[in-house]
Formats: sequence, C-alpha cells, structure tokens
Amino acid sequence: MAKSQVTMKVNGKIIEALVEPRTLLIHFLRDQQNITGPHIGCETSHCGACTVDLDGKSVKSCTVFAVQANGADIRTIEGMANADGTLHALQEGFREMHGLQCGFCTPGMITRAYRLLQENKNPSEEEIRYGISGNLCRCTGYQNIVKAIQFAAAKLNGVPFQEAAE
Amino acid sequence: MIPGAFAYHRPTSIKDAVGLLAKLGDDGRALAGGHSLIPMMKLRLATPANLVDLGGIAELKGARADGNDIVIGAMTTQHDLIGSDLLGTKIPILRETSLQIADPQVRYLGTLGGNVANGDPGNDMPAVMMCLGATFHVIGAKGERRIAAREFYQGAYFTALETGDVLTAIRIPVPAAGHGYAYEKLKRKIGDYATAAAAVVLTMTGGKVGTCSIGLTNVAETPLWAQDAAKILVGSSLDAATVKKAVAAAEAITAPAADARGPAHYRTKMAGVMLTRALARAKARARG
Repeated sequence: MAKSQVTMKVNGKIIEALVEPRTLLIHFLRDQQNITGPHIGCETSHCGACTVDLDGKSVKSCTVFAVQANGADIRTIEGMANADGTLHALQEGFREMHGLQCGFCTPGMITRAYRLLQENKNPSEEEIRYGISGNLCRCTGYQNIVKAIQFAAAKLNGVPFQEAAE
Repeated sequence: MIPGAFAYHRPTSIKDAVGLLAKLGDDGRALAGGHSLIPMMKLRLATPANLVDLGGIAELKGARADGNDIVIGAMTTQHDLIGSDLLGTKIPILRETSLQIADPQVRYLGTLGGNVANGDPGNDMPAVMMCLGATFHVIGAKGERRIAAREFYQGAYFTALETGDVLTAIRIPVPAAGHGYAYEKLKRKIGDYATAAAAVVLTMTGGKVGTCSIGLTNVAETPLWAQDAAKILVGSSLDAATVKKAVAAAEAITAPAADARGPAHYRTKMAGVMLTRALARAKARARG
C-alpha cells in the first residue's frame, strides 16, 4: 500500500516521515521515531499506557493511526521535563509521593495528568480519580498516584502541599 | 495488533466524502472517532480496503440552535458535548450520558455520530436519541434524507444506513424548560458497556407527569423506546404502584443476551432497577 507523507511536531521538534496508513501512532512513535516513553500495554484501548497529548487532548495512541495525526502537536513523557532540564511538577510529585512501583503505567499516567491539570488547575480527589480512570495501574492501588497529582497541582498553583489525613 | 492494509482518504467537505464513499461502495468505510472501528480493524474483524476519514470536515463539528431544535454535527466528540454550554443548558442529559461513556481519552475522540451510527447495542447514545425523539441527517448518493432515531435501529450493527451513506448531523427537539432527566447506567467498571441502562426525560405539571419518554440501552439487539411504560406513567405522581407497573412494561420488551455481564433475566431486572432510579432522579430535577 502506498505510504503517506506525515509531518507532526513531537515534543517541540518537527518530524517528517513516510508511514503506511495502517501504522498506529504508538508504533510510529516507538518503532520509527524511537520515542519509547509511551508504552504498549493492552493494545485494546483500555489501559492508557500508550497515552500521549495530541492537540490538547489525551489520546490512546494505540487507537489512532499515525496518518490521522498529520499536522498535530504531540507531547509524550519525553517532552514533559522543564526547559532547564528540571523535572516537571508531576514528575517530581510521582517521585516524592511514590506514585509508581514498576513504572510501566507512569508515562501514560503523567501525560494524562498533565492534560487534566491543564483543564482543571485544582481538582478534588474525586475529580483526579475520575480524570485518570482511563489509565490502569496494577501496582500502587492509585492512592499514591492521586497524592502525586495533588502534589503537582499544589506546586503549579504555588501553594504548599498538604497531605490529606488518612 | 496491526490492522490489515488500507488506502487512506481525508476529504475536507461532506460532498467529497459522499462522492468517495459512493464510488468505493462496499470497499469503503467512513472513519469517525475510530474508537469502535480501529479496535475491530486491529482484531481483523473489519478489513476495509479504504478508510474515508471524516476528521478533516469542519462542517461536521459543533452544535447550533435551529428554531426549537439543536443540531449537532456528527463529528462532535463526547468531550465537546460535555463542555458545551448550549447543550448543558438545553439538553443536559447529553452531558450526563457522555460522562458515563468509556473514559476520558476515549471521549476526546469518540463522536456522537459514530456512537449513534454504528448500531452497537452497547452504545449509550442510541437509547438517549430515541428517548429525546432525535432525527438523523443522512447524505448518500441519492441526496439527503432524515431518519427518526426511533426508526433507525434494525438489529445489532444493522441500521437504516445504506452503503455510501454518511450520517452528518443529529437534530434534537429541545425538551421543555424545567424538564427532568436522568441517564442511569449499571456497569461493572469504568469503560464498560452497560449491563443495562435507562434514559428518562419527563415533565411534571402540578405534581403529575405531563410527558414522559424512556429509552433502554443494551438489553436487546437494538436500543429500545419503552413507549408503553411511559404511557402508564403520564398523569401519575410517579407513585410506587404506578412506577412498578411501568417498570414491568419496560422489562417486558427487553430481550437481552446472556454474557459476561450476567444472565438474561438479571439484565432485564437491572433494566427495571435503572429505570426506577432514573424516574426518581428525573422527578427530583423537574420543575412544575
């Protein structure tokens, strides 16, 4: 099948490439671009490990064709750190609050949480849990992931983080 | 999982999309948000030779008022429905339903048009569209026609759409100001299809039901419009005895399949429970 020319911005860098129409965005990023932060978990649109930010939307890149992303602005975990190389507040939060154990879900989880905090600067615990309901974690039980996102929200809002009483 | 090979088309107008699909016939398939079709293609349960992506057609997006109706472009996503002030004010059941579909990532891409056109009995919007009395705008090789949601669904994945048709918009008559509404969905977990779900839109006058419409999700090969159940309720105060009668009438038209969500009898009973809850919540929300 004839290949299509695609151009997209990934983590601030313009990428031009030829793709087969059937190439999924996750495979394009991982196999053709060596951007391996987004993970392949379930491949059935459930787990959210492949989540990337595409034109201001959190999407599961296993359920989007690379050709559909032609012209898009994409951010993955590789583009999350601050310009000076320091960790993004979310990355810091996941480290400080032990928001990961095996780490497999973490890139997708942080990328999703990034968009959630863009849309809702100060989410309640319930809003966080609902907002990350498309991302599965089999290790943490989510408690520390929620805390990590609360930590990041507080930091981005410039207010001290107060852990809720257990 | 890698889908079979296909040629990709991205028209920028409805006219071009319809022309392409007419030319391609059974070899072409329209792609909306892709969150039903792409998983099917990955499993090779769908192997279209050509995909016509509707994502580049601006006129298929957004909601606008048109007289007493609201017209919603088929490519409007569930995320858009949730965020729309117009819809939140005029037809709030759309927001309530959208929030119960799949998960945030899926809602950013999943579209209203795809949800209603696919004919999947598990989808939530078809029953809501029947409940609201929506009409679907369809454009095909022979021109434009309008099909009532209540006459659209013929079987699982089998609708009034013909090869080459594009469902372009959904027209919904705005329910009366002060109406009550609810979409109650039982599911095993976030992202699951309904074990059973019920949509209710009603109006109350002086403590009595003035009008009532009921849709049921995933308890038959098609979504169901529970007309007899609604008729029983009109004129009542939604007292327990009348609700029980209406629930029995709604349960009687269900014919669910037994699956991992439970045996058929259980799913029928859960449709009744969802309807009971939806009626109570709609009543509490109604003014008048």
